[in-house]
Amino acid sequence: MSGMKPRVLVVDDDPALAEMLTIVLRGEGFDTAVVNDGTRALPAMRELKPDLVLLDLMLPGMNGIDVCKAMRAESGVPIVMLTAKSDTVDIVLGLESGADDYVVKPFKPKELVARVRARLRRTDAEPAEELSIGDVAIDVPGHQVTRDGASIALTPLEFDLLVALARKPRQVFTREVLLEQVWGYRHAADTRLVNVHVQRLRSKVEKDPEHPEVVLTVRGVGYKAGPP
Amino acid sequence: MTRATPPAAFVAAAAWLRGQWEEFTSLWRRSLQLRVVASTLALSSVMLLVLGLVLQTQITDGLLRAKTEAATKQAFASRDQVAAELVGVDLTDDVVGRFDNALNALANPLVGSDGDAAVSGAGTFTAVLVDGDAGVNPPHSGLLEEVPDELAADVLKNQPAQKIHTVSRETGEVTLVAVGVPVSTPSRAVQLYLLFPLTSEQQTLQLVQNTLLLGGLLLTLLLAGIASLVTRQVVTPVRQAAEVAERFADGHLDERMPVTGEDDVARLAVSFNEMAGSIQRQIRQLEEFGALQRRFTSDVSHELRTPLTTVRMAADTIHDYREDLSPALARSSELLVDELDRFESLLGDLLEISRLDAGVADLAVETLDLRGVVRTVVTAVRPLAAHNGTEIELTMPDSEVTAEFDQRRVARILRNLLGNALDHGEGRPIQVRLGADEHAVAVLVRDFGVGLRDGEGELVFNRFWRADPSRNRRTGGTGLGLSISLEDARLHGGWLDVWGEQGVGAAFRLTLPRLQGTELVHSPVPLPSEAAAEPVEPARDATQEPHLTTVLHDTYEVPVREGVGEGQR
Repeated sequence: MSGMKPRVLVVDDDPALAEMLTIVLRGEGFDTAVVNDGTRALPAMRELKPDLVLLDLMLPGMNGIDVCKAMRAESGVPIVMLTAKSDTVDIVLGLESGADDYVVKPFKPKELVARVRARLRRTDAEPAEELSIGDVAIDVPGHQVTRDGASIALTPLEFDLLVALARKPRQVFTREVLLEQVWGYRHAADTRLVNVHVQRLRSKVEKDPEHPEVVLTVRGVGYKAGPP
Repeated sequence: MTRATPPAAFVAAAAWLRGQWEEFTSLWRRSLQLRVVASTLALSSVMLLVLGLVLQTQITDGLLRAKTEAATKQAFASRDQVAAELVGVDLTDDVVGRFDNALNALANPLVGSDGDAAVSGAGTFTAVLVDGDAGVNPPHSGLLEEVPDELAADVLKNQPAQKIHTVSRETGEVTLVAVGVPVSTPSRAVQLYLLFPLTSEQQTLQLVQNTLLLGGLLLTLLLAGIASLVTRQVVTPVRQAAEVAERFADGHLDERMPVTGEDDVARLAVSFNEMAGSIQRQIRQLEEFGALQRRFTSDVSHELRTPLTTVRMAADTIHDYREDLSPALARSSELLVDELDRFESLLGDLLEISRLDAGVADLAVETLDLRGVVRTVVTAVRPLAAHNGTEIELTMPDSEVTAEFDQRRVARILRNLLGNALDHGEGRPIQVRLGADEHAVAVLVRDFGVGLRDGEGELVFNRFWRADPSRNRRTGGTGLGLSISLEDARLHGGWLDVWGEQGVGAAFRLTLPRLQGTELVHSPVPLPSEAAAEPVEPARDATQEPHLTTVLHDTYEVPVREGVGEGQR
């Protein structure tokens, strides 16, 4: 039974907070593992293969941003940052280094759990669905994106973002709608999440990210998929 | 001439002249070089004019004296000759013929020009011989009409005399030195006049005059040129210094003046560079302080927030199980959670204020429709207002109200203003009005609650200031909200004004420029005090205190970093 529980790796240097996170997450039915040191985060991820990483940005040993980059370099595991900084620069930096979402300290347990669940959410019974934008083919149940047969490695979040756009090729998505559909925010949230992840997605799927053909910007409104 | 021209042309010409004059005066005021050159020109011109006049007078005097002396000498010599010619001649008949002979004899030994003109040491001359006793129209030889009457009168009294005068000849005006001497003959009193034309002297004088004029002109120009060059030597470094100072003021702190030599200009450059260096050091220091403050803020933020997060989660976990707890413990958990909320918002506000104080707050400007932000904030506040029994009346234009602003900050300002209105509105309706014009957008939040007492308008933006300490704050304000709002408005280059009247209500108005960097001059939405004719709420007691308005416009022109309240005068 416990093998079915989603596993969350908590990377936090504060023992009290780490323990409290463990209590709350276990109470919500997650399996947890804790590392207190940035340098041990990467080996722990390789070893434990968590379903999600909760990463504190300020860590001894190795900076949270660097840990995030290193993890993202070898895995698409969802990463939620814990940040004490509401400064624009730090959050954008964190998102650009690969985090999928962030929670600003001090947060309420429910808020954290909602963020974690949103990132772990999987539509289990997905119909066999083949989507395409331009020459980019998306195999939805197989979580595969290919261009001319060559596979493109996307994180689950980037994949979700691309699928959301590809499913309704004619629709223009506002950032708020994408926040709700992809990130699971029910209330207005930080639209920079969308901006940063669209940039990351483009850097992977576009031939020329400066002149996007797959994810198009609709000025003043939001984004839409390129022609199929 | 101008009178004959049509008025329009005259006006145009006058305008053109005025334009030229203004341009000139402006150049005059701005250019030290021009002023120095002009003064040098004026002074040297006067000096040269005086010098020229003195020289000319001296030369003229000298020339005339020499001429007159020579002429007199010649006259005496000629008199003796003529006297010798006339000795023993009877002058009773053919007087003129005799005279002619005498004059011819006078001219003969000399190289005459054309018969009656003779040449001497005093130059050419013509002679006139007159029989002075003959009364009117006396017998004479030579051009008697060229002999001036006064001279003749003197000579008739048996005195030699001379006079300078001008006569008209066919060739034009000729100035002559006329010398008259009485010739004593045995029978009659005869006068000899010698007329020396001053033509050559005049030519000499003309030459001298021309030379002086040309020399003076050249000298003046030369002096102006020299003055221009010399001033340039001084002005160029000064202008250079001004340019360097301007670039320095524009933020190029590495700008320095080149130092050459050891003169005054070099000293200016050295002093300037020292000053620049000192300013640069101080600015660097301030920047370091700013960076330190930023680090400190960030560190405190992290250090405080991490334990707070743990406490918060622990409290929430306990709170979730409050039904299993005894009533006292359950209530305690509720208090714990509520106060943690307050603690959190206080911490957030303190950090925000410290960021604003450190000048490290960044403005994330986007071009957005302000109506959207207002609507979002009003919608978010409505449940709390409904709980209070307060209605919020929202008035907005139908068309888009776009402006450049930081959504997060503007939303925070509006939340603070609405929260404040809810706290002090006594449950009466709150009016929110959005307005815009070409240059600015504005939101007015008006309540009809307790209002503000005299002088309180200056205090509302003070940190932790409370109108009435006994009042409870339903919205859980931290006492920093309006201070932060004011700073946020300033960050946008906007205004946050307040109006209030005890028992009548209060109004806060946020005005933002449509384009960042433009200066506000007018708010598109009037404060209640500015719109006296507007029937905001009728049936007002006439004995009320006059409206209190604190207008804070002036204070926004300078980024004020000290206490928020101090700038409000």
